[in-house]
Order: sequence, then C-alpha cells, then structure tokens
Amino acid sequence: MVNQPPDQALGQSPNELALPARLERPGIPAFLVYLLALGFFILALEGSKISISGFVEGLPQMADLFARMVPPDISRIVPIGKALLETFQMALVGTALGVAFSLPLAVLATRRLSPHPAIYYLSRGLISWFRTVPDLVWALFFVVTVGLGPFAGTLALMVDTMGFCGKFFAEAMEETEPGPQEALTALGASPSGVICSAVIPASMPSFINTGLFSLEKATRSSVVLGLVGAGGIGIELKVAMDLFEYPTAATIIVCIFVLVLLVERLSSRLRHRIM
Amino acid sequence: MAVTSLDATLEAVPARPKTAAGAFPDLALRGLRKSFGGVEILCGVDLEIAKGRSVALIGANGSGKSTLMRCCLRLLDPDGGTIRLLGSDITKLNGRALRRLRARVGFVFQRHNLVPRLSVLSNVLHGAQARRGGPSTWFQGLARTEDREEAMHCLDLVGLADQAAKRADTLSGGQSQRVAIARALMQRPHMVFADEPVASLDPAAGEDVMALFANLMQDQNVTLFFTSHHLNHALDFADHLIALQSGRKVLDGVSAGQNLATLKSIYQ
Repeated sequence: MVNQPPDQALGQSPNELALPARLERPGIPAFLVYLLALGFFILALEGSKISISGFVEGLPQMADLFARMVPPDISRIVPIGKALLETFQMALVGTALGVAFSLPLAVLATRRLSPHPAIYYLSRGLISWFRTVPDLVWALFFVVTVGLGPFAGTLALMVDTMGFCGKFFAEAMEETEPGPQEALTALGASPSGVICSAVIPASMPSFINTGLFSLEKATRSSVVLGLVGAGGIGIELKVAMDLFEYPTAATIIVCIFVLVLLVERLSSRLRHRIM
Repeated sequence: MAVTSLDATLEAVPARPKTAAGAFPDLALRGLRKSFGGVEILCGVDLEIAKGRSVALIGANGSGKSTLMRCCLRLLDPDGGTIRLLGSDITKLNGRALRRLRARVGFVFQRHNLVPRLSVLSNVLHGAQARRGGPSTWFQGLARTEDREEAMHCLDLVGLADQAAKRADTLSGGQSQRVAIARALMQRPHMVFADEPVASLDPAAGEDVMALFANLMQDQNVTLFFTSHHLNHALDFADHLIALQSGRKVLDGVSAGQNLATLKSIYQ
C-alpha cells in the first residue's frame, strides 16, 4: 500500500468521487422567503428616509453645535455631580432588586425546575413582557403611578432588569449538567435543596456575568429615564439643551461618559476576578 | 477541627447491627418492567437482596443494569412490578415520604456527579440534606458544626480529609469518586447502590476505589448493590452475583465458585 498512488490505494480515482456542493441550493419556499426579506429591507430603507445628502448638509451644523459646546462650562458641576450620583444609585438599586426578583422568576421559567407547565409558560410570558416593553415606557408608566422622581426610574430599571436577567438566568439553569441534580434527588434532597445546592452554584458564573451586564445596561438607561421625569441626570441634560446652554450640556455629556466608562471598567474587572 | 484516625472514626460512626443474611431483604423486586419508546429494557425482573450483602449486577451494555438501579430509587418510574426497598413499596411513595426513604439509601454514580464549583466538604455535606432539611446543608459555610465534623469524618474514611477545602472540579477522577462515596456515607445509609462506580477510572485507581468502597460498606454492615463490567471486581467484592441479559435475569447465585468462562458468556 505504501508505494501505491493514492487513487489505487483507495480503490477509486479522485475524479470519480462526488464532491458535496460548496453551498446548499435553497428550495423554492426558502428562496421566496429570502426574496420577501430582501424586498422588506428595501422598503425599510425607503421608510427610514435614509438620505446621504441630508447627512452631508447636516455636517456643518454638527460642527457648529460642537464648537458652541467647547469649552464645557463647569460652573454647575456640583448639582450635575449630585444628579450623576442619583443616576448611579438608581441603576445600582434597580439592578440589585431586578436580579433578586428575577432569580425566583427564572427558576419558575426553567422547564425542568418549574413545578407545573402552566407556571412555566406564565413565567416565560411575564419575562418576555418585561423585556419587550422598553424601559422608557416602563418609566412613563411608573411616573404616572408613583409620581416624578428617582423612585419611578428605579422601578423601571428593576422591571427591565427582570426581563433581561430572567431570560438569561433561566437559560443558564436550563443548560446546567443534570448529573449533580440527579445525585441530590437520589439522596433525598427537596426540590429547593436541589436548586440551591446544585443548580445555582453551577449557574453562578453566568448569573454574575449577566448581573454585571445588567448594571452596565441600567447605568446607560438611567441617563435617559430623566427625560421623562423619572429622576437622574437626564432632566439636567434636557434643560441645558432646551435653554441652549451647550457648554453645560457638554459637561453633562462628559460626566455621563465618565460614569458609564467607569461602570464598564469596574464590571469587566469584577468579571475577570470572579470567573 | 482535629481529624481523628480511621479506626477511631469507624468506631464513632454507628454501625448497623449485623443481621443474619437472608432474614429480611433490603431490596425485593417482583416483575419489574420498564420500556423506552416501545423497546422493553426490563422484562419482568425478580430479585432479592438480603441485609448486609454485597451483590454485583453484571451484564452487557444495554442489558438494563442502570435502568434497574434507577428504577429502584424511582429516578425512573417503572412501567410495572413492585419494588420493596428497606421494607417500603417505593412505587407507592411520593413527595416527602419518597425523599425520606431515599435519604436512607446511597447512590454512587459512574460519573460521581459532584457539584463542580462547590468545595469537597460542601459536596459531602449534601449527604445530610434529607436528614437536616433547610439551608444548613446547601454549602459548608451555612452548616452546623456537628455536621461539618461528621462530613470531615466521612472524608477521612475515604482518605481525603486534607482535600476538604478544595473545589470539587480540581480533583482527579479517583478522588472525585471517593468524595461521592463520602457523600453516600454522610447519608448514614442502610443500603448503597453503585452504578459502575469505577468505570471512568484507570485500572489501578478503579481497584483501589472498589476495595475501599466494598470494605467500608462491609465494616459498617451496609448492603451494597453495584454494577460492574469488571468480572474480577464482581467476584472479589460481591458475595452474590446477578446477571441480566436483554432485560432478563439469567443468573442469581453466590459468587464463590462461579466460572469465569460462564460469566463471560453473558456478554456475548
């Protein structure tokens, strides 16, 4: 065999072997779906009024706005700092409460841990609802129900976090190795014992990761919530822009940038350390 | 805490009184049947295991050994037949009563099934979950001192007291299986099931673990029911052999005097 040419050694010439197609040819239904998707995308381009000329014409105005913002005015740095602190406090408390409430919700939304299929579907539906309604809409809802201020913003962030963490916590628990859970069931552990002793420890890296991403997300969201009166620095930015105080607006934007960057850096460090 | 010597620990752990073999069976199966997707895995198996016995279940892959073991603890629900485990018909139990019965029976799995991110001590403490209830046995930080001490005793019995603080996923396969045995001991079991406990270990480690396991069970008068593909383990560590072939019992007898060639034919 060693000295034989490959075609003889394998018993068949390479030319006779049928090569699989490089790309799978779509069937007619799949082709129609692709065509429809492409058509819809073209309509979407039309609907979103994309205009290169409009963008180019806007460039001098952008430059003008930027020029009016420089140098930033730091005379109101103390109230801005207070509003920034309030923004972060809203994000922190909203995330912590959201993570705490999403854990039991995620257990109920995990197929093999949920006590009943009806509870499973109900929990999944609730999580989807929390996630699909934007945080700004939740903020509007809570401003109407509990009044203006950071409490409304914190509640909005909590519900938004429950939607985000609930989904990822449930998926993490769904993917855990079933062996340790079976071992604990075999030794007579209760369902809560199995969850707390086997499922949660196994899912912990994912929980921490998702929780820290939620904090980053909530910090960014909490900036915007002020625009609808739900506390935080957003209202300061809106007032500055409405009053054409662009140097003050520039200070606020820089402060927001620093806060978001700090939270992202901190969460990244924590992730590396804990994982 | 100071870890006592092996002998002292063996004295400290209360052993069940020795009973005459064959007096009351710890496990009695009558007509046990189980199918998956229309394929019959267990076809009416009858067997009895007396208190204090060490019984090996042998058979080729797919003969139904693991299914039988899982049915005995209702990790799988049988399709028919009765299972009397430690005097109770387990097929009629649910909820707390089922958990209470399971608490008295250890189960050592082929892949040890430890919780990887928890410490070795926490994994052993899990053995007391059904006895204690509540969060005190979820992990060792919450545990009562007497439970932590007992878990250390169990670890000492398997020679791993010095590994208590390590994470379970840092252990070797042999060490992990010893921890799984310690977890079963923590249950203070009357009977222990072991489903191919050394199949994932190399021959030397497998021999060590199996010898330790069988000796511990014998010393504490715990009934041992294990499956194995190693016929020498079955002959060396069991005083009784049961063989399955395609879900049917084809051998049930004492291991002494069994012919190796006959046993090998079960695998053909």
